[in-house]
Amino acid sequence: MHLLAGADLRLDAAPIDYILLAIYFVMVLGIGALARRSVSSSLDFFLSGRSLPAWVTGLAFISANLGAVEIFGMTANGAAYGLPTMHYYWIGAIPAMVFLGLVMMPFYYGSKVRSVPEFLLRRFGSFAHLVNGLSFAAAQVLIAGVNLFALATVVNLLLGWPLWLSVVVAAAIVLAYTSLGGLSAAVYNEVMQFFVIVAMLLPLTFVGLHKVGGWQGLVDKITAADPAGAAAQLSSWPGTNITGIGNATLSVLGIVFGLGFVLSFGYWTTNFAEVQRAMSAKSMSAARRTPLIGAYPKTFIALIIIIPGMIAAVLVPELAAAKAGVQNGVTYNNAILLLIRDLLPNGMLGIAITGLLAAFMAGMAANVSSFNTVFTYDIWQAYIRKDKPDDYYLRVGRLVTVVGCLVAIGTAFIASSFNNIMDYLQTLFGFFNAPLFATFILGMFWKRMTPLAGGLGLIAGTGTAITVDVLNRQHVLNLAGQGASFVAASAAFVVDIVLSVAVSLATRPKPDSELVGLVWSLTPRDRLRHDDTGENAGWYRKPAVLAGGVLAVTLVLNIVFW
Amino acid sequence: MSEPTKRAGLFDLRGVLAVLFAVYGLVLTVMGIAATSQADLDKAGGINVNLWMGIGMLVVAVLFALWVRLRPLTVPERPESAEQ
Repeated sequence: MHLLAGADLRLDAAPIDYILLAIYFVMVLGIGALARRSVSSSLDFFLSGRSLPAWVTGLAFISANLGAVEIFGMTANGAAYGLPTMHYYWIGAIPAMVFLGLVMMPFYYGSKVRSVPEFLLRRFGSFAHLVNGLSFAAAQVLIAGVNLFALATVVNLLLGWPLWLSVVVAAAIVLAYTSLGGLSAAVYNEVMQFFVIVAMLLPLTFVGLHKVGGWQGLVDKITAADPAGAAAQLSSWPGTNITGIGNATLSVLGIVFGLGFVLSFGYWTTNFAEVQRAMSAKSMSAARRTPLIGAYPKTFIALIIIIPGMIAAVLVPELAAAKAGVQNGVTYNNAILLLIRDLLPNGMLGIAITGLLAAFMAGMAANVSSFNTVFTYDIWQAYIRKDKPDDYYLRVGRLVTVVGCLVAIGTAFIASSFNNIMDYLQTLFGFFNAPLFATFILGMFWKRMTPLAGGLGLIAGTGTAITVDVLNRQHVLNLAGQGASFVAASAAFVVDIVLSVAVSLATRPKPDSELVGLVWSLTPRDRLRHDDTGENAGWYRKPAVLAGGVLAVTLVLNIVFW
Repeated sequence: MSEPTKRAGLFDLRGVLAVLFAVYGLVLTVMGIAATSQADLDKAGGINVNLWMGIGMLVVAVLFALWVRLRPLTVPERPESAEQ
């Protein structure tokens, strides 16, 4: 049993499983073809003509993030660390999503910008705009390649297809629907993928819990497997095992400030691949509700992703052995695949495979659809070919989508020979978000902040994060576990703020008249409100009520799993 | 760039989801009833996973279909500028 771990992961897919998979991808392409009919301008292509209902954008908002990294990473964390992994959701996502919906979305949607970099252009001018636009475009297209490579690895592992074949087929499918239907096709497929992923995770959670003897059975088995480490795995606070910070107080501080504030606010509120979904909503009210509606399923998805990971670590013999220290080639990243193999019969197996492949493709489609928008609007239209008719930019957008997919294929092949480099790149791109959030928050609330401060702050903050990370990798600093990225992001945030304030005080700010709608104190309050009549009426559609509800649910879950 | 776009073009996603889950639910339910071996049951600790998930998906399909029936897609009459 300890030999040939790779071969052990091969799933016994029957013809019926392939049929279920094929049905799904026929529908994916059908959505692309149908969505094409509604694309008649560049805004239709890049932002769905700002016409989508809030429940669609809300589910797409969390689904765009529900890709390879999340599904494998969070079940792996669940298997390795147990309940403290919940912080990635309840501390590391929900508060940031609430903040985006309540505070930041009125600026994004109200200023009618078409992308996050475009907001920087309006607020700080070209310097900060170029820094952010170029780094974002490069990051997205490279991460699309990483997603593509991850998909090909899984297809190879599960079904035995050669890597190059799955890379090309998957890229062709993503290219087909994103270049036809634009963001609408990507968003609709993300929503469909969301439901299939949930259909995969629910039986894993419930059947797994049934087999392991209920919650108490799971607790007993985790305790029996590791009497010393069980306590840390079975309570979410202070999470010393996940941060790698021994001191309980510092560990809580690392989780709350590093993960909860800097990393998660940076990711959820400034990453255009996410914010784009909210910008495509049909009204200010729907845009504000997008992250708030997404927050509810996000809260519960934590349970059906992390608990299966914990179950896999005690139920699957190979993984349990690996956790006890046996070198058998099985890693925590295999947790969900092993559980699928051990629990699901043919039929449900096909839907689980479909869900996994759909998640990887949707992840890549989110990268590609945000890349083509930023490249077309923020690089091509802003600096290279200005003032062309709109259908010119629509054509450019379609062409850039093709180029983006081709580059992603290239990246995927590079990734297949330099696996570690790609892991590292992904960590690196994560560092762009922390200083970006610092610049945004300062720029939105302090009208004195100057254009030069905007650009320099971003560069210095990113540089700081990279420096901390390199120092840690060279063992100058000694931070184990996930604590290193919390510290790197926090340092980047502080350096960005301090430098931005210093530079602002020494340089000349933009006149107030140019900052209306971009800075809190200069924006008339009624511009930040939204219409609450007609289809936006009803107490349950009020952003504050939705926000209060999800924060209360999160608080209760935090107490239950304390 | 801010002129109102043609709204009627985009189809209703709820119908697509209803169809997907109706097909999936049907296939799984039939497999659960007709093609579940003892080995499948043992794998899942005695639970007929396909049957339960199949029924669940059929319920989801019906809910989406009902939602479409009760709240059909309307083409908004207000121009885009009615809201800030």
